[in-house]
Amino acid sequence: MGDSAYSFSLTTFSRTGKLLQIEYALNAVANGRTSLGLCTKDGVVIATDKKLSSPLVDVEHVHKVERITPACGFVYSGVGPDYRVLVRKARKSSQSYCLQYGEVQPVSQLVKQTASVMQEYTQSGGVRPFGISLLVAGADGDGTPRLYQVDPSGAYFGWKATAIGKNYVNAKNFLEKRYQDDMELEDAIHTALLTLREGFEGEMNCDNIEVGVLREGKFSVLTPAQIQDYLDEAN
Amino acid sequence: MSILEYNGAAMIAMAGKNCVGIAADRRLGMQAQTVSCNFQKVFSVSDKIYVGLAGLASDVQTLHQLLEYRLNLYELNEERKMSPQVFSTLLSNVLYSKRFGPYFIEPIVAGLDKDNKPFLSGSDLIGATVSTDDFVVSGTCTGNLFGMCETLYKPDLEPDQLFETLAQALLSSVDRDALSGWGGVVHIITPTGVMTKELKGRQD
Repeated sequence: MGDSAYSFSLTTFSRTGKLLQIEYALNAVANGRTSLGLCTKDGVVIATDKKLSSPLVDVEHVHKVERITPACGFVYSGVGPDYRVLVRKARKSSQSYCLQYGEVQPVSQLVKQTASVMQEYTQSGGVRPFGISLLVAGADGDGTPRLYQVDPSGAYFGWKATAIGKNYVNAKNFLEKRYQDDMELEDAIHTALLTLREGFEGEMNCDNIEVGVLREGKFSVLTPAQIQDYLDEAN
Repeated sequence: MSILEYNGAAMIAMAGKNCVGIAADRRLGMQAQTVSCNFQKVFSVSDKIYVGLAGLASDVQTLHQLLEYRLNLYELNEERKMSPQVFSTLLSNVLYSKRFGPYFIEPIVAGLDKDNKPFLSGSDLIGATVSTDDFVVSGTCTGNLFGMCETLYKPDLEPDQLFETLAQALLSSVDRDALSGWGGVVHIITPTGVMTKELKGRQD
């Protein structure tokens, strides 16, 4: 990345001590479609608004929730193409880990690795930061379900529940009221859908949202039919 | 002359009831000449994982340092203990990474996993690994070692019985090999701790 003519960083400090490129990247995230996640003792749910620009778009081929390892998945808010780059890098690095150690990479290690990549792009020559924040749902080394957020700066945070993107303030307030430490995964999925619906523009259905669930140490993306079942229960 | 036989070694790892034992000789030679009678070939990489490195002494010491480095970094980053299965895979990859200029080592791994279940594995110098539930051997007298183990081994031995079995198997095997012997050391790893004993053998 960045050839010799660009061997200086484009992300430099302002007088006030801010890295403006990272601030602007966070703006790009805040303009992105809402994503949220909830972590319970028996699993994690992540979900996003998949609202499309036109009814002519073939929604089946739009993937926002992606599985990285058998035990971990990502969702994002922000610039889609930047997300795809990180998904590829994360998948490759977790496969390298598996080759080295013969074990699935724990989510904490995957998060550190991905965050490290995102940080590199704030300091390397000739590149810009990624315009996305990630929500990572996965199982840790001891099997505990965990939810992490990774920002364009490379900072990462563990969350019980959180939201990112357009409507994140309202969504986080909603989650704060509804979240309980002893929640179960099924309750969490319902709460996630309710939270998503709160800020949804128009009618929310199984085709314009995407949901990923970590259950019993395995991550999977719900099919539209499965989402429809949950939506029916909520009604 | 084979480079793997330059310094001489003999080692066995064996599984018992909720315990594993690993034993090795103490000789360091330069072909016929004996140079040391207390050369360490078995190393504890963690409380519950022991690795025996048989082969060229220089690589024994280098590989031990390399494996300790890798394991410590893993435990610091992952905030958890490495399991013996993962260690064995790691060792295999380290060896294969030098496929066309290998470490002249044929290692054995003995440990207890997180449920305190015995784990044994052995590999060749380029990382081909086998895992067994009874015993693994390595060194310059593997023929003798296999014969003794096959004869003396019984499943589910208690720690004290495992010690006796390992000690007898090792001492009898090295007596018919010029390049190994000059004493021995046995470690018995149990969920509560490790018992280490020095063996007095023929000093020839």
